[in-house]
Amino acid sequence: MERETRQKIIEDLASCPSAHAVCFDALRLAEKHNGWVSDDSIREVAELLDMTPEEVDAAATFYNHIYRKPVGRHVILVCESVSCWIVGGQTMMDFLKDHLGIQFGETTSDEKFTLLPIQCLGACDCGPAMMVDDDLYGDLDAEKVKQILECYD
Amino acid sequence: MEMPLTENMRSDREPLSLKEYEKVGGYLALRKAVLEMTPEEVTKEVTASNLRGRGGAGFPTGKKWASVPSTEDEADTRYFIADADEMEPGTFKDRLLMEADPHQFIEGMIIASYAVRASTAFIFLRWEYKLAEKRLRKALDEAYEANYVGPNILGSDFSLDLFIHISLGRYICGEGTAMVSALQGERAVPVSKPPLQTISGLWGKPTAVDNVETICNVPHIVKRGAEWFKSLSLCQDGGTKIFGVSGKVKNPGSWELPMGTNLREIIEDYAGGMHDGLKLRAVIPGGASTEFLLGDNLDIPMDFESIEKAGSRLGTANIIVLDDRTCPVGLTHNLEYFFARESCGWCTPCREGLPWVAQILEAMEEGQGLEEDMDLLESHTKMLWLGRTYCALAPGAMEPLKSALRFFRDDFDAHIRQKRCPWRS
Ligand SMILES: Cc1cc2nc3c(=O)[nH]c(=O)nc-3n(C[C@H](O)[C@H](O)[C@H](O)COP(=O)(O)O)c2cc1C
Ligand code: SF4
Ligand code: FES
Repeated sequence: MERETRQKIIEDLASCPSAHAVCFDALRLAEKHNGWVSDDSIREVAELLDMTPEEVDAAATFYNHIYRKPVGRHVILVCESVSCWIVGGQTMMDFLKDHLGIQFGETTSDEKFTLLPIQCLGACDCGPAMMVDDDLYGDLDAEKVKQILECYD
Repeated sequence: MEMPLTENMRSDREPLSLKEYEKVGGYLALRKAVLEMTPEEVTKEVTASNLRGRGGAGFPTGKKWASVPSTEDEADTRYFIADADEMEPGTFKDRLLMEADPHQFIEGMIIASYAVRASTAFIFLRWEYKLAEKRLRKALDEAYEANYVGPNILGSDFSLDLFIHISLGRYICGEGTAMVSALQGERAVPVSKPPLQTISGLWGKPTAVDNVETICNVPHIVKRGAEWFKSLSLCQDGGTKIFGVSGKVKNPGSWELPMGTNLREIIEDYAGGMHDGLKLRAVIPGGASTEFLLGDNLDIPMDFESIEKAGSRLGTANIIVLDDRTCPVGLTHNLEYFFARESCGWCTPCREGLPWVAQILEAMEEGQGLEEDMDLLESHTKMLWLGRTYCALAPGAMEPLKSALRFFRDDFDAHIRQKRCPWRS
């Protein structure tokens, strides 16, 4: 981890009622730097917070948005829940996999996109829906998806 | 028709700035609460309004607040948390409330915190709600600037720190006690009751957790009174409700309507009815964890009691419509697969049972269903029912399954007999 990241974690620790509660912020900081959280980062966070690596990893592996494997420059989250499914979500997921040439959990060989499924995005009135990084897109069809993905480099 | 929650929203859904919000009477309720009312009086008004929780369970809000111990020691820490983790499949109402009128929600948070005497409050927000986050952060800065939150609010002796916590993401985080585990930096596993969370919650301190929509109603109740709030509704429960409709209807969306509005009217008049050539077969009235209601049984008021009488639950009141060309077994598989993946793993019946159910349904869809699978599914609806698990995730997962087995028996049988999904070409 970067010196700066370590310093920020130590500062957070001083202002928080329990080491555990800092754990997520520490993981988030570690992730921000690399895009994912490596085994080494887990060990370093554990040491800083006086927790065991197992405790830190137990928390890290529970949640959707701590990545324990490297991801591409952009992460695509495609909704696989019910309302999107009714209006063609499955076709959309198949199209994305096909178009990018990867399965869920994989990254394109140019390290541009990682494709992941996500639960209902709260955009059920404009499904099928997906997010690319921080941006939400709805009413998707194959053509629209192609256009959207072209905007990312 | 009055629509207190949404009538000030702009049609493009751009958020109201602090100035615009104040112009339509914003923060007057907070002023009234902290300068003219005691916390008990606020709670009393909310109790009298018959406001019931909009997060899915419908618990009376005033009753929850009154169960937070009012100790003599004013300094004793209490927490208030807004459940802004909206992730119930088919539900998209809190997003609208936070994005289009962030100040209304923040004012509600501050008044609710005052009512339960919390000195610290958290908005537990879904990671994916980036636009809501941006708008809430801006609104919160404005509210701090104007001393609507922070030390000695509006010159009173009430002080509040309000934080936005971004969830790392899992459906179970929306369950009130799991949310507390998540805030404490642990795996989001529920906490078994008793004691109630309002007695011992976050870091062992009294904690009240309420849904975003519930909280947004609070300023209006304080400003205009319990009687007015009750008069908005067509039934016993007070207020309006944000109803949503998704599925193959002409105009999917959400609308604020009186609590108790007729279900068929919402689908036909507001959502525009079905796409041409499709028939409505059934609905799930309140998000993924509620039971199906059949299409010929929709002339019912959308309120807690009526929907329960009809055999389901109001839940989040966001309606998912099943048409006559969509496979009900496939839809049920989609739901159960979701629940299986979201189980936190604490109780064995949920951890082991849900993946089994999802696998059986998947096999049926792939043409590998067996006669005896029907009994297996049936037995799960009993073994994962209320009382056998620590939280409501597993029983909630069984609600749509139970009713699907009853209503769509022929479709299940056809999958098994024909060894394929008859809906797939
Ligand atoms: C698995 C599970 C997930 C839940 N998710 C949410 C949620 O995302 N948002 C919410 O407001 N309530 C959710 N709830 C309900 C909460 O536990 C709780 O009842 C509610 O937030 C209380 O607020 P209310 O009384 O204002 O409705 C969930 C419950 C369960 C069992
Ligand atoms: S019912 Fe499922 S989600 Fe709820 S506590 Fe048990 S294992 Fe966890
Ligand atoms: S089901 Fe896809 S956004 Fe809700």
